[in-house]
Amino acid sequence: MEYVIHLLILIGIYGILGLSLNLVVGFTGLLSVTHAAFYGIGAYATAILLTTSGMNFFLAMFLGAIICGVLSLLIGLVLSKFKDDYYALGSFGFNIIVFSIFLNWQSLTRGPLGIPGIARPSIFGYSLSDNMPFLILTAVVLGLVYLLCRAITNSSFGRVLKAIREDEQAIQTFGYNTIYFKLTIFVIGAVLASLAGSLFASYITFIDPSTFTLNESIFILAIIILGGLANNRGAVLGAVVLILLPEVLRFVGFPSDIAAQMRQVIYGLILVLLMLYRPQGLLGEYKL
Amino acid sequence: MITLETKNLVKKFDGVHAVNHLSLSFEQCKITSVIGPNGSGKSTFINTLTGLHEIDGGSVFIGKHADITSIKPHEIGAYGMTRTFQEVRLFEQVTVLDNILVVLTERGVWGSLFENHTQYHLDQAEAVLKRVGLWEKRNELATGLSYGQRKLLEIARAISMPAEIFFFDEPFAGLFPEMIKVVVSVMQELRTKGKTVLLVEHNMDLIRQLSDYVFVLDSGKLLAEGTPDKVLSEKAVVEAYLGE
Ligand SMILES: Nc1ncnc2c1ncn2[C@@H]1O[C@H](COP(=O)(O)OP(=O)(O)OP(=O)(O)O)[C@@H](O)[C@H]1O
Ligand SMILES: [Mg+2]
Repeated sequence: MEYVIHLLILIGIYGILGLSLNLVVGFTGLLSVTHAAFYGIGAYATAILLTTSGMNFFLAMFLGAIICGVLSLLIGLVLSKFKDDYYALGSFGFNIIVFSIFLNWQSLTRGPLGIPGIARPSIFGYSLSDNMPFLILTAVVLGLVYLLCRAITNSSFGRVLKAIREDEQAIQTFGYNTIYFKLTIFVIGAVLASLAGSLFASYITFIDPSTFTLNESIFILAIIILGGLANNRGAVLGAVVLILLPEVLRFVGFPSDIAAQMRQVIYGLILVLLMLYRPQGLLGEYKL
Repeated sequence: MITLETKNLVKKFDGVHAVNHLSLSFEQCKITSVIGPNGSGKSTFINTLTGLHEIDGGSVFIGKHADITSIKPHEIGAYGMTRTFQEVRLFEQVTVLDNILVVLTERGVWGSLFENHTQYHLDQAEAVLKRVGLWEKRNELATGLSYGQRKLLEIARAISMPAEIFFFDEPFAGLFPEMIKVVVSVMQELRTKGKTVLLVEHNMDLIRQLSDYVFVLDSGKLLAEGTPDKVLSEKAVVEAYLGE
């Protein structure tokens, strides 16, 4: 039972990451491969604030979101110079830069040693040190993020995002200054990813740079490609499938160390098969 | 009244003049056609006026004073201009209805975040889609439409803009006769409403039927101008076309 709760919490965290990346990749067509950087910034900001000042978790999460918002604005400004393949490559670069900062700015992040002893949240003096209450917190955040994403994508703003994805220059000729739309959604996506990072840091109570690599960004991308680009429910479904997949492998009899290695192979295989046979993913409304 | 005017407009691609010192003017309540053989610079002319290409020389004015020589694509709407593209450019993986709604709703980031379309927007979209016979298809993706329907949707999208100056780059190409009738009536209605219409077209019957005035381009230069009857009977114009 404890393990099921653990998996559900992970699904919640990756669901938030999928939903937020889908705003950028699925709805706006910006092939960003730097989402783990924002996930990491949220996690590190929260971890550092919690371990150094002992402030309330929710305040740390909020401050982490602001820090991440500012940094993503700067990164988004640079990326707005690029298009298509160059955009993907540029975003790639930022993930590597942010990862190196986590690794090398040792006075702040303790580098490869990581940050241990991160406190679990407490609400009105009631600590969520058990996993069940933490799952409830994660589910609440996931639910709020889902509702927010749905509101954004159902608004006129969301319609403009899709038009940008389809033909940016054409939608410009109808009076839209698209750079503001792209920056806004990029920052919103990053801020939401930082919330997932805050939850993760406080859930595991230990973080180190290895969680926030380029591989992780590709994993989040795989979640939304599998679940379905430009579909909010698809992003959550993708998280469910990809988190549970290794468990299913174990269940059918693979030893767990092999299952863990098979995971990578199967993610890759799923991506290739999807591109071949169902490029819009399970619930998707858009083909890359 | 002249609403749009170019003075010695120049656009070069790799040193070749696609638009070669063109000084043309376009008037309100008129359909002005720009014709010429393939590659004579008609589309390039529209593209420079709508900010898709940077201009290499000359200037462009709207009304009496507004110099829009270095306009950006997102600014043309504010100057009352809208356009279609020779190669249809729709929002493909978006529904037919959303292709129209997106040009009707709020332009700012904040405003659009807190708005979905209103009933007013929906009524406007319904009217324009019924006009071109696409209302039944409103919930289909644009990418699934036939060639003629795509062309009509693009025209519907352009006339949904609250614009004064309309550029149509070969709007009739590839349309069935009954679709052509619809587009002809759209153009005539714009003229009646006092709009400025710039039409690029190859079909001479339609040019004769619709245009009030014609500019003929050849290799980026102005070859002839005047009423359609006068221009189309000129020897140089006939030769330019036959010389293809
Ligand atoms: N983006 C571009 N890059 C380079 N050359 C271009 C570009 N666009 C147009 N040209 C060149 O400019 C010239 C004018 O082309 P343009 O498309 O304006 O002609 P057109 O009159 O619209 O022809 P058509 O009737 O075939 O549409 C041609 O020689 C074309 O090859
Ligand atoms: Mg052309």
